[in-house]
Amino acid sequence: MALWDPRIEEMPKADLQRMQYKLLKSLVYRLYSFSPFYHDRMKEQNVHPDDIRELSDVRKLPFMFKRDLRDNYPDKIFTASRDELVRYHVSSGTTGKPTVVGYTQNDLDLWSTSLARGMTAIGLGRGDVIQVSYGYGLFTGGLGLHYGAERIGATVLPTSVGNTERQIELMQDLGTTAICCTPSYLLHIGEVAEKMGVNLGKDTQLRTGILGAEPWTEKMRVRIEDWLGIKAYDVYGTSELSGPMFTECAEQNGFHVWSDIALTEIIDPKTEEPLEPGEKGEVTITILQKEALPMIRYRIGDIATMDDEVCTCGRTSPRIHRIEGRVDDMLIIRGINVFPSQVEHTLMAIPEVGQHFQIVVERKGALDDMLVRVELNKESFSDKINDLMNIRQNVEHRLRNSLNVNVDVELVEPGSLPRFEGKSKKVIDKRSM
Amino acid sequence: MDTKKFVIKQISVFSENRPGRLAAIAHALGEEKVNILAFSIAEANGFGVVRALVDHPQKAHDKLQSMGFNIAFTDVIAVKMKDQPGGLYEVAKILGDAGINIEYSYAYSGKEGAVLILRVDQVEDAIKKIQKSGATLIERSVFH
Repeated sequence: MALWDPRIEEMPKADLQRMQYKLLKSLVYRLYSFSPFYHDRMKEQNVHPDDIRELSDVRKLPFMFKRDLRDNYPDKIFTASRDELVRYHVSSGTTGKPTVVGYTQNDLDLWSTSLARGMTAIGLGRGDVIQVSYGYGLFTGGLGLHYGAERIGATVLPTSVGNTERQIELMQDLGTTAICCTPSYLLHIGEVAEKMGVNLGKDTQLRTGILGAEPWTEKMRVRIEDWLGIKAYDVYGTSELSGPMFTECAEQNGFHVWSDIALTEIIDPKTEEPLEPGEKGEVTITILQKEALPMIRYRIGDIATMDDEVCTCGRTSPRIHRIEGRVDDMLIIRGINVFPSQVEHTLMAIPEVGQHFQIVVERKGALDDMLVRVELNKESFSDKINDLMNIRQNVEHRLRNSLNVNVDVELVEPGSLPRFEGKSKKVIDKRSM
Repeated sequence: MDTKKFVIKQISVFSENRPGRLAAIAHALGEEKVNILAFSIAEANGFGVVRALVDHPQKAHDKLQSMGFNIAFTDVIAVKMKDQPGGLYEVAKILGDAGINIEYSYAYSGKEGAVLILRVDQVEDAIKKIQKSGATLIERSVFH
């Protein structure tokens, strides 16, 4: 079994935790001293770096949320100067206002290292052709896996997303052995390949899929593996942590969260108390080594369980099992995060429609399809179909611009959408995962 | 010239394109003893507009509005046609020659002959042109 970083990957748990404690301690001192944001947070929480005397003292530290990034848009929490930053990534926020993450060269190196360990654990390396079919750009998926694959000496085929027939042709011509994309896009590639008369299992050298950026299930893994004749591995990350960062090993039993990079807690989202390994709760991560945008106890919002036993592959870092859901109402549509609040925010600025809406998500073929049903305002009603079509097109256009996802809009009669008291159920997700 | 007497109040109702919506509208009008004289449905993907000439437009409007329907009055005009082959052509040619731009139109054929209902942008202007052209407009009082 190949290891990228044997010293860290197989380090005894006690040593790992000692290392984590040292890293945490120096992180907290650094942020208390140099980050006004964290300094104030720690003061509010009445905690001083001297209070961190063992690893479990991380629980004394304040939580951080996505809204903290939004409230400090674009870079008020950054702890690196412009001179030190080498890249930005930008993701969508809950109200349409984006969140920005900056990276120093060390941050990018660590990101690539993390993926290099994961890809090696899957069995990839020199001689592999890795097709990166995640979007390249502000989204972290494409570039993240690109540099991870280069790090292990594999040959990268940076196809990005879309133009599926060409992807399949290149896959055949250049001998792609592994593909990185969302599970639903891989299913779509499979369907298009079938239509082209290409059997991915027989007519290509594809044998590995590194799949993520949207929730999927064991059932879907089995379906992909049986149908396409490949091994499918889960990859996990969020733009705030860096991007796709942690993958499963060949055992396919949860993704390894490297202890030198991240300190993982699973907490009860309501009581905020830590949960035992195996108990389901909210993933909370402290990035122990990050220069530009440190994260202490970042509440990702994903629900999962943690497994702290040494993996059968011999790696000692804890594993997180499949993400089972969200604490909030975030949707993932074709790999893009969509918050119902963004839809609400956009609709509020369009006078022709009301603020009540309903989101219906379905999987058509292999792709996610998002429909927004919205009530036409009385004043905007026209007896001319063209006027109504224009209103609908305008709403579609505005939603597409703010969500970065194609949206179908349906105009419905005023008062016809269900009203809810308190937390409304505005989303009907028909995707059977 | 008094053009107002030729302006007819059509009711226009926004309706989702799903089973039972037309029945709901028709049932309500029946209950109110409102008679539908002419009627059409324009359909787009997912929704439609029901347009109707009725004998009591205000009553119909109030009833449907109270039921939560998105409803509006639209001014339309009605042109008499001969109820025989070529009847529509005769009127359509007159309208075309007079340079009248039709937004939409529908027709019915009743006891007193055939009628073409027109939705135009400039109602008064259209009435004047139609009168000058020699076609016959039907007065509002015939309908309601």
